[in-house]
Amino acid sequence: MANTSPSQVTQHLLVVLVEDHPGVLNRVVSLMRRRSFNIDSITVGHSEQPGVSRMTIVVNGADDEVEQVGKQLYKLLEVLKVTDITDQPCVARELALIKVAAKSQTRAEILQIAQIYGARVLDASPNSLLMEATGGEDKIDALLGMLRGFGIRELVRTGRIAMVRGPQTAQTDGTGRRSGRSLERITEGTVAVAE
Amino acid sequence: MAVAATPRRAPSPPPAAGRAATAHPAEGQVLSGSQLTCAALEAEGVSTVFGYPGGAVIPLYDALPGSSLHHVLVRFEQWAVLAADGYARATGEVGVCMATSGPGATNLVTGLANALLDSVPLVAITGQVPQPMIGRDAFQEVDITGITLPVTKHNYLVQRAEDIAPTIKEAFYLARSGRPGPVLVDIPKNVFLARAPFHYPETVARRGYQPSHIPNQRQVRLAAEAINRAERPLIMAGHGIMLAGATDLFREFVERSGIPVIFTLLGLGAFPESHPLSLGMMGMHGHREANAALERCDLLVNIGARFDDRATGRIDGFAPNAKVVHVDIDPAEIGKNVVTDVPVVGDAGEALRLLIPEVTPRRHEEWVAWIDTQRNRALHAALEDRPQTPEPYAIIRAIAEATDGQAIVTTDVGQHQMWSAQHFGYDHPDRWISSGGLGTMGYGLPAAIGAKIGRPDLEVWAVVGDGGFQMSLNELATAAQEGLDLNVAVINNGYLGMVRQWQDLFHAKNYSEVAISGPDFVKLAEAYGVTGIRVRRDDEILPAIERARSIPGPVVVEFVVEPEANVYPIVPPGASNSEAMHDRWVDEASV
Ligand SMILES: Cc1ncc(C[n+]2csc(CCOP(=O)(O)OP(=O)(O)O)c2C)c(N)n1
Ligand SMILES: [Mg+2]
Repeated sequence: MANTSPSQVTQHLLVVLVEDHPGVLNRVVSLMRRRSFNIDSITVGHSEQPGVSRMTIVVNGADDEVEQVGKQLYKLLEVLKVTDITDQPCVARELALIKVAAKSQTRAEILQIAQIYGARVLDASPNSLLMEATGGEDKIDALLGMLRGFGIRELVRTGRIAMVRGPQTAQTDGTGRRSGRSLERITEGTVAVAE
Repeated sequence: MAVAATPRRAPSPPPAAGRAATAHPAEGQVLSGSQLTCAALEAEGVSTVFGYPGGAVIPLYDALPGSSLHHVLVRFEQWAVLAADGYARATGEVGVCMATSGPGATNLVTGLANALLDSVPLVAITGQVPQPMIGRDAFQEVDITGITLPVTKHNYLVQRAEDIAPTIKEAFYLARSGRPGPVLVDIPKNVFLARAPFHYPETVARRGYQPSHIPNQRQVRLAAEAINRAERPLIMAGHGIMLAGATDLFREFVERSGIPVIFTLLGLGAFPESHPLSLGMMGMHGHREANAALERCDLLVNIGARFDDRATGRIDGFAPNAKVVHVDIDPAEIGKNVVTDVPVVGDAGEALRLLIPEVTPRRHEEWVAWIDTQRNRALHAALEDRPQTPEPYAIIRAIAEATDGQAIVTTDVGQHQMWSAQHFGYDHPDRWISSGGLGTMGYGLPAAIGAKIGRPDLEVWAVVGDGGFQMSLNELATAAQEGLDLNVAVINNGYLGMVRQWQDLFHAKNYSEVAISGPDFVKLAEAYGVTGIRVRRDDEILPAIERARSIPGPVVVEFVVEPEANVYPIVPPGASNSEAMHDRWVDEASV
């Protein structure tokens, strides 16, 4: 039966290893935009290999759409490896810097909230506190929920970065096992869809 | 057959076809960036480039006369890319074009998009402002690598003269390997002027580029099993068969399996249309029997096509009873538009080579006989004896008849394009050159120029609309300057016909901005120093075609046709292929 199967939209966590060339972020983002893939967050930084950057991309889409994301990403020359680690046991973290309004009457309460969420205070002024929080998005959302009433003056969140638990890496681990759902590059002799 | 005038060539002879050029400089010889560019093109076996000079490429044009390259000076850069595109489709080689920075470069965008959507191998070389000026909004500076990112397979901004040759090497490799496509190389003016030793690498190695050529054996076996089991199988032939140079293998596969074939617009020519197993074009303007077979088949074997929406119609009504086998070299095409039961990722030729021995020789007599009942014989019969002014379909048939189906036909986009697709009867590969994915009006004449230069041995006819021709008719000057023996058939209906047809059928005949006047095409031809012929009556068609063929150099034949003739069948936008509308006049006649 030749039609598209509607499947459910969920959030996917992709790790993308790319050659560290000028314009590579532009290529990736431009691709996602023109194919109407819905990016929630994207982070880029160095990886353990020189010359290779690591992107963590959070996308919303049905499984088949995300498979398309992977295949389209592989069409970019700089893209070396795409892994969907959504269903893997992994550590996912985000860093937030939060500047919250704090007067003498509220300061103690804010410090208490920070302590509950394990946020570190980095700077203080008569009218504000600057704190750093790391954790999953849920935790940071919850912290922000608690602080909102005091007045959030400034906020920056990095977006998610993630790593699979255990010995495997986002590379193939040498035995051909992958730490993630197959978005493996289709090369000679491999099959086009996850079996 | 018209006598082929020898095209005017550059004084030095072009290098022999093939990778190894005869005249390129010795390894290690120190050259300017411009000379390195020419040497790299020569090393790729390039003989012809289509282009237009300007400030940023003056150094490159300085080096051209000292090279073996024949430069074709177009009249507008957009037609340089599309001439290179026509050249590539006619020859199977990489087409090459060049333009200056800024407006020269932006004029390439449409042609690059055209080549990307139709998987045509192209390399475009643009000049850029000098490196110290980049990012300062310098005169004629545009970020062409940024602009062309979504319309190229890949692009480069070259930073050092010593990178020019390796970059061009990689660009050609990318353009022609895997799924072919356009690659742009942007070179700053000061890099053209800098000097570096010539070094041409033998191979290209990019970790991130590993096209899959040979398909998975198991998938091939699964495909063969599906084929051997099917009761009502159907093959859908796409451009990929031509790109793989696999038409002979394809024919072997079709004849062995006994499976009827339908074609996408760009698949025409993959297999002889005159063959009993050919059902002609599918899709929006597809033949009745082709779409009827799609509706009923229990297995659809797509080889080298990408399930474009003009081919599939509404997707949930597409091949509703079929399992799908999809052979494609681009894994991203598998499952993109149509759910695939058996994907085979690889080159069409390699896939067919593996598939043929696995397929049981069969004849699907009952199935083929049923399809035959769907052929609209009345349509053909009725068309034959419709009187009136020159019928567009009759013009296409007359060109086919006069040239014995051997000519290369290029087209613009619109009704005349669809009539050309429906009525010529393509029996040979690489004779049908049309803008499929992008639908670029004005493509016909520049593509014909490229095709004629690439295949001087073949007769070339550009079938163009009066609208599209008015976009690119300045290239008559190029054809004249090059002394090209090609013919242009202008199907003059006084309308942007295809748009008018949609307004007629789907917008209550609200003819908004589709009536289009034009010049006196005969006088226009004469103004360009070429021959013009006008045809107003049915019985003048064939003599005019024969006259055009006998005259050397470019000839423009204007056919004044019925203004409101429509292309049938037509699948209304958003409808499925089974809901095609047919010609009322003909349907009544067939009762
Ligand atoms: C560059 C460009 N602009 C607009 C269109 C939309 N379009 C498609 S067919 C068509 C009419 C073409 O008219 P003409 O060249 O006279 O051909 P006809 O359909 O009359 O045979 C138009 C405007 C297009 N395909 N390309
Ligand atoms: Mg017209």
